Amino acid sequence: MLSLSHYLILGAILFAISVVGIFLNRKNLIVLMMAIELMLLAVNMNFIAFSHYLGDIAGQVFVFFILTVAAAEAAIGLAIIVILFRNLRSIHVDDLGSLKG
Amino acid sequence: MEFKTFVFYFLSAVMLLAALRVITVRNPVHAALFLVLTFFSAGGIWLLLQAEFLAVVLVLVYVGAVMVLFLFVVMMLDINLDRLRERFWSYLPVGALVGVLLLVEMVMVLGGSYFGLDEMPTPAPVDASYSNTRELGLVLYTDYVYAFELAALVLLVAMVAAVTLTLRKRKGVRYLDPAAQVSVRAKDRIEVLKMPAEKE
Repeated sequence: MLSLSHYLILGAILFAISVVGIFLNRKNLIVLMMAIELMLLAVNMNFIAFSHYLGDIAGQVFVFFILTVAAAEAAIGLAIIVILFRNLRSIHVDDLGSLKG
Repeated sequence: MEFKTFVFYFLSAVMLLAALRVITVRNPVHAALFLVLTFFSAGGIWLLLQAEFLAVVLVLVYVGAVMVLFLFVVMMLDINLDRLRERFWSYLPVGALVGVLLLVEMVMVLGGSYFGLDEMPTPAPVDASYSNTRELGLVLYTDYVYAFELAALVLLVAMVAAVTLTLRKRKGVRYLDPAAQVSVRAKDRIEVLKMPAEKE
């Protein structure tokens, strides 16, 4: 039988994978954003598992809002990456050392 | 093994392998495609948890919109992969250390002794007339209506921000201004001159 800890540990593994991904891909902005999306997915997994096992729909409402904010974050982040690439011709993190208006 | 348990382990295995490939694969396009597989499998697991509406929304919004946006951006940028990948695996020891520590700590807390079936029994199965979408809508438009409107505002701000960030005025490009074309009047173009008739 599946218990709540199955789903929670699955979310924990997913979160740990995305943390390792942030360490590995710390030069590549795009894969960094993908790792952040994975983290949000792990959090959402926990919310939905608790919502199911506690019989409270509020957890799913929170997942709804997290999805909204994640979509907004992805849109703005990708827009920033695009203008960054337009100005610097690169998305390497080491090239982002200077501020210029 | 019960069929539901088998489905859970199968979807989890696919999801975790795809997530591992997302962070290790060389080409960002492949990473985006593996992320699609991760989200799809997660949607299946959410179906097991009877969150049908959110599972469908995950596939529609995430796979259908956000990941396509990722793919567009990845393909639009001309990335120097060799430079981004140099000393890639040298960060693995510290990353793996932090990841494993994080995982061990979380498993110690979340393991069976606190969240097992004894403490959190499986909820009673709902009958076929139960609608997850209806239940979600009932609280979303009553208890959480202000939060819902705020979420709409966040999306609007994100849309305006994304458009204004990437909008650029090109210089030296010849183009027709449709507003000027529409608002033109006949008297701007044609001048009617009154000339006296000339006689030989």
